[in-house]
Amino acid sequence: MSEFLAQHSLLATSVVKTVIFLILVLTALAYLTWFERKVVAHIQSRWGPYRVGPHGLLQPLADGIKFIMKEDPMPAGVDKFVYLLAPLLAMSVALTALGLIPFGPGTIKLFGRETSLGISDLNLGLLFLFAITSLGVYGVALGGWASNSKYPLLGGLRSSAQMVSYELSLTLSVVGVLLIAGTFSLREIIQSQGGWWHGIPRWNLLAGPAPQILGFFCYFTAAVAETNRAPFDLAEAEQELVGGFHTEYSSMKFAMFFMSEYANMITVSCLATILFFGGWLSPFPASGAWSATRYIPAAVFVICGLTLIWDGIRYTTSSGKIVLPVLGLVLGAVGAMTAMPFAINIIQGPFWFLTKVLFFLFVYVWVRGTLPRLRYDQLMSIGWKLLLPVSLANVLLTSLALVVKNR
Amino acid sequence: MTMLLFFALAAIAVAGAVSLILQRHPIHSALSLIVVMVALAGLYLLLGAEFISAVQIIVYAGAIMVLFVFVIMLLNAGEEERTNFSRMAAYVGLPLAAVLAAGLVYWTAHEGTGAAAPMQRPATRPLAMLLFQDYLFPFELTSILILVAILGAVVLARREEGRE
Repeated sequence: MSEFLAQHSLLATSVVKTVIFLILVLTALAYLTWFERKVVAHIQSRWGPYRVGPHGLLQPLADGIKFIMKEDPMPAGVDKFVYLLAPLLAMSVALTALGLIPFGPGTIKLFGRETSLGISDLNLGLLFLFAITSLGVYGVALGGWASNSKYPLLGGLRSSAQMVSYELSLTLSVVGVLLIAGTFSLREIIQSQGGWWHGIPRWNLLAGPAPQILGFFCYFTAAVAETNRAPFDLAEAEQELVGGFHTEYSSMKFAMFFMSEYANMITVSCLATILFFGGWLSPFPASGAWSATRYIPAAVFVICGLTLIWDGIRYTTSSGKIVLPVLGLVLGAVGAMTAMPFAINIIQGPFWFLTKVLFFLFVYVWVRGTLPRLRYDQLMSIGWKLLLPVSLANVLLTSLALVVKNR
Repeated sequence: MTMLLFFALAAIAVAGAVSLILQRHPIHSALSLIVVMVALAGLYLLLGAEFISAVQIIVYAGAIMVLFVFVIMLLNAGEEERTNFSRMAAYVGLPLAAVLAAGLVYWTAHEGTGAAAPMQRPATRPLAMLLFQDYLFPFELTSILILVAILGAVVLARREEGRE
């Protein structure tokens, strides 16, 4: 066995990493639904999930059990093969795209082999990411078509037209970053943003010679539209289309569409972090008195843990009085561990990366809770008449700035 | 390992192509074509042409085939019916395919396919040199041709003023 592992260490590390990654991502997806419901609820002056577990923390589990136990009827007259293929396609495309994201600069040792954080590390990472996400539209279009029903067909048509239109601006808005970094590798794009520029971090968003503010505006708007989220969620406009392309789906097949939407959200948030916000780079310098900022991850964990303990003691149910302080203790212990010399360097990258990603996920939910849905013609005119010219102008301006600077 | 992957991908591509012709529903045919495209992208990847492979997926599988599927959905095209003419196509087409296959086998057996040139990694730079320096004029000419085609499509599809 150990001989086999030594010979096929690449295969073994890949399999182990993929399994760990899948478990983490699927848990994160489940809790992202909890996060979204909580945040939207608080925006709307409600409490959100509160009954299942303290603060509704077991709600995702209850949802999962419900999805699995539900009857799974197949509507009459559907195209069986395509009907089953569509959710599978949506889910696998969304998860594959996440596998291309690097989560930290460091390496870990698995089976005697140094391996990076993240499943794969490609030369043309960004290009392959776009290649894979461009296949995501099939899940939506085919799901709507195969259901053999009017509303899903209209929803599928709408959202495939929308995704095709916004994919253009999404790809073009990134060209500025590619011009600055001069590489397709996500890892190298992050590394190119290291260092300082007139007192601010050299992140692509603000640093000269060509700040990518326009690029980021186009990227984020197009990304919200590309993931079919509010205010661009016309595909599932409840008032006019029932549930959109997934109206005829139930049980786990519906859950797969749902999870793929959330996985896509995570992917575009990761990409926004990598391309415009310096990926895993800390916003503070590492030298001098600033080196104390290395303890920020530990401090954040400990403060969260203490808040949980304080909240848990005063919680209304007796199970919450036990569970929440225990969770707080675990968080505090994790925080203490990350302050230790053996962990402090490895935690920096993933901590800053995930913090930024979490921020973008919050913005996603915030936008959903705040903005009203656009009309379909407004959506199309924003995509073609605003985002496309602006992202093209961004490409021109960026190349101009780079040429002037390199003269 | 490379051999194994090659034959697996080649088998998928051929199976997709055969299914593309045999399927009676347009959507199934379009899906088969997507399978062929993705399998071809895998073959390019195997040859070390990472850029071409990614572009193959983005352009063909991700853009052109989406439009195919979109149009089929929009027209709500049903299953194709077999007519006398399509049966006739089978009688003529099968021998023709056999002749073509025999010709291909004969040609590769005699001439050989030649070893694939090892690619530089990443292969984006030589490709860009070819496209934007050595063959710049034909490249720009093609762009203008495509632009004209787009303009023509817009003009044809537009409603005339004052006629709703």
